[in-house]
Amino acid sequence: MAGKDLEVVAVAVTKKTHKNRELAQLLTAASCALISGLSQGVNAADSWDVDSAFLLYSESDGRVSAAEPVISATKNFDEETKLTFKIAADTLTGASPNGATASDHVQTFTSPSGKGSYNAAAGEQPLDDTFKDTRIALSTNWAAPINRDWAYGVGGYLSKEHDYQSLGLNGSLSRYLNQKNTTLTLGLNLSNDTVNPEGGVPTGLVQVPLSNSDSEFTQRSDSENKNLVDAVFGVTQVINRSTIMQFNYALSTSSGYLTDPYKILSVIDDNAGANFGGNFQSGGRDLYLYEKRPDSRLKQSIYWQTKHQFENDNILDVSYRYMFDDWGVNSHTIDAKYRFRFDNQYLEPQLRWYTQSKADFYHRYLNSSDYSSADFASADYRLGDLDTYTLGLKYGYKFADETEFYTRLSLYHQESSGDKGYGKLTTQELYPGLDAAMLIVGYKF
Amino acid sequence: MRRIIHIVGLLALPIIVSGCSDLGVKPWERDVLAQQEMNLISDPLESSLDDHIYFSKEASSGGKGFGGGGCGCN
Repeated sequence: MAGKDLEVVAVAVTKKTHKNRELAQLLTAASCALISGLSQGVNAADSWDVDSAFLLYSESDGRVSAAEPVISATKNFDEETKLTFKIAADTLTGASPNGATASDHVQTFTSPSGKGSYNAAAGEQPLDDTFKDTRIALSTNWAAPINRDWAYGVGGYLSKEHDYQSLGLNGSLSRYLNQKNTTLTLGLNLSNDTVNPEGGVPTGLVQVPLSNSDSEFTQRSDSENKNLVDAVFGVTQVINRSTIMQFNYALSTSSGYLTDPYKILSVIDDNAGANFGGNFQSGGRDLYLYEKRPDSRLKQSIYWQTKHQFENDNILDVSYRYMFDDWGVNSHTIDAKYRFRFDNQYLEPQLRWYTQSKADFYHRYLNSSDYSSADFASADYRLGDLDTYTLGLKYGYKFADETEFYTRLSLYHQESSGDKGYGKLTTQELYPGLDAAMLIVGYKF
Repeated sequence: MRRIIHIVGLLALPIIVSGCSDLGVKPWERDVLAQQEMNLISDPLESSLDDHIYFSKEASSGGKGFGGGGCGCN
């Protein structure tokens, strides 16, 4: 019965992709329907664990805001055998940087669909305000022991947005050693994604046309694919009675269309003269090109996590990740959480620090003298030099019936840096930062 | 890469020093580790929401599990 509710809700929400106000109401209704539907299951079988949460995410200066309800239900057959279903929905609205640089004059950009345009005032970071999306994601996972020393898990997921679909399968195999003090795990994930951008798939590094009547638009294909294969090898080790440690090595390959179809680059005039460092003109207007990324990426990461409980019952959770890929990106992430535990409550400050180096083909802008010789280029700040910081505080309350309520407020800050440009461009802010707030409310029962 | 090994080594050092002599516990000493809070991922939904945000705002993903994805946000 709960399953049927899920289906109805999923279909209803997908149909409303473009109506965001109605959508917010629907999502609220969806969460309520799911919770009530599933609690009936809880009472009936008495062996379900339900975990629900709601995320509100909001960026400063009217950029992206998102709401994401998520609920998962786990049926425990015994201590190690379980079946989990999860549904998440998210809706995004707001404005997102399109990749172009700020300029000394008003800039006009063709919208992704080619049916309209939007402006950026002089000196302002160009933001595409046509950005909105809704996503529904469903996943399921089955985990069970094979015998005393081995266990396995299998799962699948499906997610759908109006311009993106993803279908995935995963499996894992674990081997217990040394009286279960050591666990070796091998996981594999395969996914096939389809991108069908608003307005079709643009041609990389070609001038953004004025409208969809242009021949560049009419020759576009509707969709492109990408395939992902992820493998994780992990060792989990019990250190002592109150300390556990994990070490993972992960390999991830993606191939196919890895470009962001909505991102563009400015071409800057590097000819000596009055317009040095200004927007380069082509066809009587500022020249912007669609970005283009390589069609494959190999990422590798090592991950280390340790959790330790002190004599006073407080818990420290620290992790570190180093990631590197063949696009030239290197990153370090340190995440630390410290949980102060009181009788049936806890307070947990959280800190996260992340730093990445830019991809080889990241350019804040291209130059008029050599843009035509670029093989790949992207001005997406997420591929540039970037530092981010998250500061969070979580509070939780455990009720006598073992249900738990928690809430968390986090502040997220991004700082980009890079080449400062030349001539007129040096007066523009090329790397504006970003601040965002995240609020999570969760209930487990 | 050498820098990384140094950092990881440094972070792990106190635990290696204190725990290397007797790694692991007997089955009857699992009371603390059996607490739900001591699971490596003790709040899977909170982790998945965080992963989703960071996946859409940064160039890295994954590490503790699969690399996120299933979304056109990056």
